[in-house]
Amino acid sequence: MTTYVGEAVDRVDGTAKTTGGARFSAEYPYPDLAHAALVHATVARGRITRLDTTAAEAVPGVIAVLTHRNAPPLKPAPRVTPLNLATLASGTSVNYLNTDEVHWNGQPVAVVVAESPEAAQEAAHLVEVAYAHLPATVDFAAAEPDAKPQKSNLIMSGGAVKGDPEAALAAAPVALDLRYTTPPHHHNAIEPHATTAHWADGRLTLHDGAQNIYWTRDHLAMRFGIPKDDIRVLSPFVGGAFGGKTMVWPGTILAAMAAKATGRPVRLMLTREGVYRTVGGRTPSTQRVAVGADESGRMTALIHTSVTLTGRVGGGPEQVTSQTRHLYDAAAIRVQQNLVELDVLSNTVMRAPGESIGTFALEATVDELAYRLGVDPIELRARNEPARNPMDGKAFAHRKLRECFEQGAKEFGWAGRNPEPRSTRDGRWLVGTGVAAAYHPSWQFPANVTVRLSADGTALVRCGFHEMGMGGATAQAQIAADALGLPVEAVTVEYGDTRLPTGPGAGGSAQTASVAAALVAACEKLTRLARALARRTPGAAGASYPEILRLAGRDSIEARVGSDTRLGTAVGQLRFAGKLMSDRRRWVKAACGAQFCEVRVDADTGEVRVTRWLGVFDVGRVINAKTAASQLRGGIVMGIGMALAEETLVDPRTGRIMNASLSEYHVPVHADVPAIEIRYLDDPDPTMPLGLIGVGEVSITGVAGAIANAVFHATGRRIRDLPITLDKLL
Amino acid sequence: MADVHLRINGVDRRLEVEPRVSLLDALRERLGLTGTKKGCDQGACGACTVLADGERVLSCLALAVQYEGREITTIEGVADPIQRAFVRHDGFQCGYCTSGQICSALGMLAEHAAGAPSAVTEGLAAAEIELTEAEIRERMSGNLCRCGAYNGIVAAIQETQETRVAERDVPTLVEGRR
Repeated sequence: MTTYVGEAVDRVDGTAKTTGGARFSAEYPYPDLAHAALVHATVARGRITRLDTTAAEAVPGVIAVLTHRNAPPLKPAPRVTPLNLATLASGTSVNYLNTDEVHWNGQPVAVVVAESPEAAQEAAHLVEVAYAHLPATVDFAAAEPDAKPQKSNLIMSGGAVKGDPEAALAAAPVALDLRYTTPPHHHNAIEPHATTAHWADGRLTLHDGAQNIYWTRDHLAMRFGIPKDDIRVLSPFVGGAFGGKTMVWPGTILAAMAAKATGRPVRLMLTREGVYRTVGGRTPSTQRVAVGADESGRMTALIHTSVTLTGRVGGGPEQVTSQTRHLYDAAAIRVQQNLVELDVLSNTVMRAPGESIGTFALEATVDELAYRLGVDPIELRARNEPARNPMDGKAFAHRKLRECFEQGAKEFGWAGRNPEPRSTRDGRWLVGTGVAAAYHPSWQFPANVTVRLSADGTALVRCGFHEMGMGGATAQAQIAADALGLPVEAVTVEYGDTRLPTGPGAGGSAQTASVAAALVAACEKLTRLARALARRTPGAAGASYPEILRLAGRDSIEARVGSDTRLGTAVGQLRFAGKLMSDRRRWVKAACGAQFCEVRVDADTGEVRVTRWLGVFDVGRVINAKTAASQLRGGIVMGIGMALAEETLVDPRTGRIMNASLSEYHVPVHADVPAIEIRYLDDPDPTMPLGLIGVGEVSITGVAGAIANAVFHATGRRIRDLPITLDKLL
Repeated sequence: MADVHLRINGVDRRLEVEPRVSLLDALRERLGLTGTKKGCDQGACGACTVLADGERVLSCLALAVQYEGREITTIEGVADPIQRAFVRHDGFQCGYCTSGQICSALGMLAEHAAGAPSAVTEGLAAAEIELTEAEIRERMSGNLCRCGAYNGIVAAIQETQETRVAERDVPTLVEGRR
């Protein structure tokens, strides 16, 4: 039997995406479609004192200007409860256009609806708003010293301690105590957030690029006070997301509100600036990493503390110290995350929230310790590689970090490296190499799936999961094809529609594993059905599954895993919570890897170019060799941006983002990205479905650390503040 | 309102638009050709790249009325082996920048074939500029891909170029090109 799992199968949506056939959420035609544009507040905190929409309303083609004076009522954002995870989906707690209060610089204060996008944009500029300012705290650097310890919750603990790390640090023969800063980042998916909303007979159809269509549906049901079954969210293609399309941000709600108010289908495509103003990004951070070691390089103390922000209107803590709880076998460890609350837009999840910036500080410190000790950085990591989880002695479900470093060192040619900083020069370029560990916890969420097998030899997999570029439909088609003995082309996968069996959100690198678990179970049910049918059908012994159906005179058979009834959903969530808790008691589960890079730094200008990359990852079994490698590569590319260029600049006086555009927020371009070699061990994790661990986030972790370490090797300079721009090297 | 005549993907199209309407919005909102994408509307991301008489232009920075009588090719009108090469080399993930990458690559290959140098071209006197990886990266740097599929895009372009050279292909880049 052909097996597809593990092969480099072309994406099932490849043709659609290369011919312009893939329709994104701003691309659904409706007769009589109207276009919306937002007006953003220009103060950090205050009250609207004057609002003049006369000029805007006079623009030809304007249908309505919605403000807090005339907008339809909206129910307040729900209080978060573990009984309904969709309550986590509020982008902010602000009741948009139902209040004269302003809570962040950029909050939407009016929506213009017009016959054309041009008229809507023009009129939006003509809405005049005056504000009474209220005191606002918006400067992270100034507020950071007053941070408060993060409280622990079910998902994440704010801090943990083993032994007496401060005393151990003071007593250590070799000790470092370092401070790092990282700036805010924005996802900058190339597709700006867009919503097309249509109400008919009190029911809402929403085309919305989303990472969790069920959260979006349930959240809108709460805000508009209608049953969730009266809302259908469709999101078959999402033009990049990286966490930025997980929560429900104002644009989605206001598009639905505008459609309701005007009785017209409404499209709201955020401007690029609008994305910065109304969709949260990654928190800035300050971090302290202190490490003590004996002369042999065994760590005796490891301390990692962080300060990050949340908005007063929303957002949450990021697990900046997560990797430090698992990577090194120090005798005494303390981690503590701290928070400040500011009058800015909520922070939100962005690719490996926490670990992406936490690994930068930790891995740069480990490199610095290696130099202080005169030990090779890979050897130092090997000397401190734990056999069990350092904090509590739990077992690792799967841990091949040492193997990743060994394979990487061999392939990268690490052995011949002269460790001396500034020792290699090629013309005007100072050349350096660096390594860092990558680490990201693995998750699994509940998923409902149906699989139908037809006598014509085709199969249909249905599950409301999400495709933002990960290749989820391709991977699930491969899994179903193997399970049912069909060619992969014979399997159709439907996703991105709330009318489908409830799928998992796309987050935590968990979607492929979550859907796979349910899909494998559904396929087993289905084949059991088919075999039972074969036993009752003469001549069916040894026949293929479709042949069994033909011989039995059946058009199709179907199997289902999970239920979308109220009871079924509750049972599913309980089962999920139970498995999560028992898994947590038994294992520490994660993906990990080793990042190797070479940089060249211009000796005169300080310009840094990344010229070589090798990432070796332990991600369990890989389902699709092509798409998994691409996703791992993509994380490294985003990490290169984080290391060298990306920074959201916030005016410390007004809280306004100053570089809200792709020309001033620099993401990596073609010329910034070298050939990136990807390897994975392909060793199944026995505790995960099909042995697979998610690949979405692990590869951004460690990237900035590896680059900072390579920059030190090239130049002799330690840069502890991201991004490593040329001014910091002069 | 202005009366504009465009030849789009080989088909004559007339439309009445305000002079301020961009070529991009004319394509997407008036003509239903949504294969061309809007990523920034400021000329910073390249997602809206189309070909005008075979040359790549950012349709968000172009007014529809400027292109009166011109031959516009969008992704819907492209039928070129490069599209298969993008799939084979996984030169995309979410697919949103892909139309722009493909149109830009076709325009770029035509520029290269016509002898246009880039910022990284060494030896401007050379009879033929070798289309190295560095040349491709430089020439494609106006097209952002946030998923980070750059390696696959470069590989797809290289393969396309190699096939063309091998076949001594007279560049008939796109359907309907004069």
